[in-house]
Amino acid sequence: MSSTQAGALNEVKSVAPINRSKLSFALGDVVFKFTALFFALVVLMLLAGIIVMLVKGSLPAFEAFGPGFITSDEWDPVRELYGAWPSLTGTLVAALIAMLIGLPLSFGIAVFITEMAPQWLKRPVGTAVELLAAVPSIIYGMWGLFFFAPFFAAYIQPGLVAALGPLPIFGTLFQMPVMGGSSGVSVLTAGIVLAIMIVPFMASVIRDVFEIVPGSLKESAYAMGATTWEVVWNVVLPFTKTGVVGGIMLGLGRAIGETMAVTFIIGNASQLGSSLLDPGTTIAAKLANEFNEADGLQMDSLIAMGLILFVITFIVLMLSKLMLMRLAATQEGSKT
Amino acid sequence: MTTFRMSLLAAAVMVAGVAHAADVTTISGAGATFPYPIYSKWAEAYNKATGVKLNYQSIGSGGGVKQITAKTVDFGASDDALKPEKLEELGMAQFPAVMGAVVPVVNIAGITANQMKLDQATLADIYLGKITKWNDPKIVALNPGVALPEKLITVVRRSDGSGTTAMFTNYLAKISPEWKETVGEGKAVKWPVGLGGKGNEGVASYVKQIDGTIGYVEFAYAKQNKLSTVQLKNAAGEFATVSAASTAAAAAHADWKNAKDFYLFLTDAPGADSWPIAAQTNIIVYKEPENCAQTEAALKFFNWSWKNGAKMAEELEYVPLPKELVGQIQAYWNENIKCEGVAAITK
Repeated sequence: MSSTQAGALNEVKSVAPINRSKLSFALGDVVFKFTALFFALVVLMLLAGIIVMLVKGSLPAFEAFGPGFITSDEWDPVRELYGAWPSLTGTLVAALIAMLIGLPLSFGIAVFITEMAPQWLKRPVGTAVELLAAVPSIIYGMWGLFFFAPFFAAYIQPGLVAALGPLPIFGTLFQMPVMGGSSGVSVLTAGIVLAIMIVPFMASVIRDVFEIVPGSLKESAYAMGATTWEVVWNVVLPFTKTGVVGGIMLGLGRAIGETMAVTFIIGNASQLGSSLLDPGTTIAAKLANEFNEADGLQMDSLIAMGLILFVITFIVLMLSKLMLMRLAATQEGSKT
Repeated sequence: MTTFRMSLLAAAVMVAGVAHAADVTTISGAGATFPYPIYSKWAEAYNKATGVKLNYQSIGSGGGVKQITAKTVDFGASDDALKPEKLEELGMAQFPAVMGAVVPVVNIAGITANQMKLDQATLADIYLGKITKWNDPKIVALNPGVALPEKLITVVRRSDGSGTTAMFTNYLAKISPEWKETVGEGKAVKWPVGLGGKGNEGVASYVKQIDGTIGYVEFAYAKQNKLSTVQLKNAAGEFATVSAASTAAAAAHADWKNAKDFYLFLTDAPGADSWPIAAQTNIIVYKEPENCAQTEAALKFFNWSWKNGAKMAEELEYVPLPKELVGQIQAYWNENIKCEGVAAITK
């Protein structure tokens, strides 16, 4: 086909130069269209390939343990008993802590940079936040292990335990760790370091979308006597909610999937402690630790955990889309 | 005339043989990370001496077994000795290449290397989570005159599957029935307590960072990082200090002769001077390899390294194989590794 086209091209060229250029534009369009389509399809094919591989690889584990694999807290390579529960909850709890700390922080940074900071301070702070995003995760892990965890254990942990430990129910989350002793290596420290890691991503995305709010909208609100807070909450946020949710999802995705830094500071304990100050593990950390030397059922179980992680990420994405749809719906409703 | 032709033929065969052996320019191996530094050191020296290169990928023992099974390498390397039945099934032969030791290390303020002494029951109880404080009467009784703090013990172990863990848990299972019953042994186990560090370096950094920790690492690693090693009571009831000499002693006391395919665990070895957590790292090759020249070249490499590389091994804190064991391995090769019915290597 291409040869006949090329032949046709040559013919056209000899007859009329203007026609040739039109034709080559058309050909360029076709080529471009198919190239773009191909790239888009590659993503879909990759995704399909990953799903097929994960499902196929995890079948033996689900056959051996049934759906109980998800809720079992056993991880015993000697007796070949595996369950995903401690890693699964560890992943979710660490990500939740990271969001609880990271979201207000990122929001505050974005509001400060776009609405409050004097002009000379905007650029340095903005650049600093972006630079933080470029730090490799292993650096955060090493900083967490060598500096933050010992600092946390010495100065913050005792206070936390004394203040929150005696509270009913809630207090069980802040008991002195049984395992790990005075190390400061725990699910909570991992969550805090994760929060620091995702702040640059969320803050810079939220800042960028805040900046696209038309000045006239904000000026009108200010002119009507709105405070900065009211402007941010009632004008900026509704205008940018899609972008903000996107930024949050980016951070959450990173918190759920982060591997290296978490492996350093979460303590890699396969048992589930009741306190946030106990060491734990996450799915990603577990995979990074055990994949190398695993075989047989252990390998199948690790792949099954990979599938679970995939499903979690999928659910998170779906929930964010649903949330956006509902937000859009309520806004439509309020307008009419 | 016939004799002339015969000798011509013989010469041709010899030339062909020489050319054949010279064809091998690169040997490939994959597996255990533990012996990687010494294999690369030997490889460098061997390359200088013979021009033959060794390409060794340290991808982990499990990976090494997979690679040799898939025939993508000339030899596999594994810290975990394969059972003779398994080797039989795969049609493979196994022999030790070099030895090392695993040693518990501690970080307690004021306690220096080899100052702390532990016996079998205490070590097992610490890792079982039954002894939780450094000033526990059982530890104090073993360490008269040592100031032990009233501090929680932070137990550190490997979070990744590893041959080091296999050696350590094999030892614990031998000395403690309760450990054997409740935890067992393997490259990864269900640890009752403790923090998991990734790799020797992960364990070492936890131990260095956190006051009141105990962990276990390879001897070479402990020495290079100047960690406070612990004295252990050995099978003879004597306190042993980890060293090349005490590891070699454990190997010398072992009954290699009756161990089929050198399947033997050096842990808890007899002998008053033996270090209790010693281990060999193994090489696995096919008994009847498809590419005989390559396997032969690999065997030659190890033979050369044992002869010329003992000092290099010691410099890197590995323990070379005892001479007697090398002889046994050569006899084992002659008997088991065959190329078209002929022993693959002649000494």
